[in-house]
Amino acid sequence: MHNASKHLLFILAPLVVVFALLPGVYQNHLLLFNFVIFLILAQGVNIIYGFTGYLPFGYVGFFGAGAYGFAIMVMHLHTPAPLAVLVGGVVAVALGLLLTPLLRLSGAYFAIANLAASLAVLHFVANPALEGITKGPYGVSLTGTFNPSHAYYAAVVVMALTVGAVVYLKNSPFGLALQAVREDAVSASMAGVNIVKMRVIAWLASALVAGLAGGIYAWYVSVFYPDNVFSGEFSIFAIVFALFGGVATITGPIVGVLILYGIYNLIGFTTPQYFQLIYGLLIMGLVLFLPAGLVSLATRRGWHVP
Amino acid sequence: MTYALVAGVLFGLYFSLVGIGLNLVFGVMRIVNLAHGDILMLGAFIALGVVGLAGIDPLFAVPLAFVVFVLVGVLLYWVLVPRLQGSANPEMLSIILFFGLSQVIEAVTTIFAGTSERSIQSRLLGTVFTTIKVKWFGGKAGGAGPIQIFGQGFPAPWVIAAITSLIAIALVYLYLYHTRLGTLTRAVMSRRDEALATGIDVDRVSAAAFGIGLGIAAVAGVFAPFMFGSVTPAFGADATVTSFAIVVLGSLGNPLGTALGGVVYGLCYMLVQTYLSSWADLLPYVLLIVILLLRPSGLLGRRVRVA
Repeated sequence: MHNASKHLLFILAPLVVVFALLPGVYQNHLLLFNFVIFLILAQGVNIIYGFTGYLPFGYVGFFGAGAYGFAIMVMHLHTPAPLAVLVGGVVAVALGLLLTPLLRLSGAYFAIANLAASLAVLHFVANPALEGITKGPYGVSLTGTFNPSHAYYAAVVVMALTVGAVVYLKNSPFGLALQAVREDAVSASMAGVNIVKMRVIAWLASALVAGLAGGIYAWYVSVFYPDNVFSGEFSIFAIVFALFGGVATITGPIVGVLILYGIYNLIGFTTPQYFQLIYGLLIMGLVLFLPAGLVSLATRRGWHVP
Repeated sequence: MTYALVAGVLFGLYFSLVGIGLNLVFGVMRIVNLAHGDILMLGAFIALGVVGLAGIDPLFAVPLAFVVFVLVGVLLYWVLVPRLQGSANPEMLSIILFFGLSQVIEAVTTIFAGTSERSIQSRLLGTVFTTIKVKWFGGKAGGAGPIQIFGQGFPAPWVIAAITSLIAIALVYLYLYHTRLGTLTRAVMSRRDEALATGIDVDRVSAAAFGIGLGIAAVAGVFAPFMFGSVTPAFGADATVTSFAIVVLGSLGNPLGTALGGVVYGLCYMLVQTYLSSWADLLPYVLLIVILLLRPSGLLGRRVRVA
């Protein structure tokens, strides 16, 4: 069997089936929804960081832009929710296009500039001067479209698309070209790879999935503030989950989300600072002792990890 | 207008002090110290401790904070950095590593100090000067009032912070250009591998730079309660981004560049706050992006990709 169809059959299909069926047996739907959202975001980070090496420290900017794209469509134009989610994705892609010049920066400068960009978007959206459009810092309330179960299945669909995109990257000449650019841009360009086009496509693809996720998130929670949907935690969690599992693989980010977000919910939120302490130590340990993620434990032994 | 300009320069000098440690650490080690703002926050807590426990002028916290954090910095360097430099992509991983460190610092501070906002009465700062003045020249004791510059009154802590910043920047300049260790530091800054090849003990030089960077950040933190009104354990993250904006505005590896960046930033900040206050929050971020995009190579060296 073809590698790609194997990956689709043994990784994507079980994941989708499990998350489609779980709401029937498990009562905490919000938790399941958050799992799906983080799976999308971690794979989105995987697309841009794993395959091109750009660390999107302000990844939440796209997520928040998607959420506000959704909110503005629903508030001002009364569009049906699924359409508004698509608009959320388009808004995120537009933001991605606006930020493409950032791809000229490399290494830490890209990460910092991206972080600054997400904070700039947050302060822009939350600005009291734009209250007429975005409701400023006072938050939006979209009770008209509130339908958590539809939003949940929409999230599962987007997750399937995102994981499908990563399967494609892992098995196509396009993904191989991206990884070549990541390793050595000059050599890749001499081998005939159009570097700029490759990077921009990967960048916009990861913006799109984050925007769709943001739109669905807005649909699901229906009441939120700028600080909620632009919370730096989304970027950080998505990056840490993806890194913990191992980037530039299909399974790494999935394993990372299931394990780390599982632990997160087991510890509970009662004393957030202890959780923050454990998380900080975990991140430091990860970087110092396992910089290539959990999958490197297997690849070091010569096992192939998809 | 005069008020905004003078306040901008005063704040700007202070902002240079905030950014200079970050500049030093990044210039020497190519490490993005995302915990920079949290060191500032800890410096502020040292000032709070000095006032709360000993009840003396918070200026005494300046040497204390500096010495403590130089030692902490050297220790941290040996624990974290050599291992990080051995990995595949140290610059990227340093971002994540120091983010983890900043989380740990924030969490530990929250556990011990709670999340409430802390501030110090601004008249406590500089009481040591007024006491001396009273001893030598007579007059009445008490806190320092506003200081007159160009006919406008400015809070005394702003002026004291600005003067301290000037002294600190001058000292960093002397260190880099007129001491042996400083010359070695500049060598490591310009070419790490060649410095290693000529027999410079790069680790020792870097450890010193890391310690000094953290020490200066802590000194800047001592003044944070006066400049920003109050501090919370969560104050660090914003301070980090602001410091980056300042460092990027000035030039990398040159303390005078950071001083200029800080003053430009301070002036912009005060002018925007005076005339367009609701957009003032946006300023550091937009400024950072614009500068990075317009002058990446000029201001920062090797930032543009070859391909």
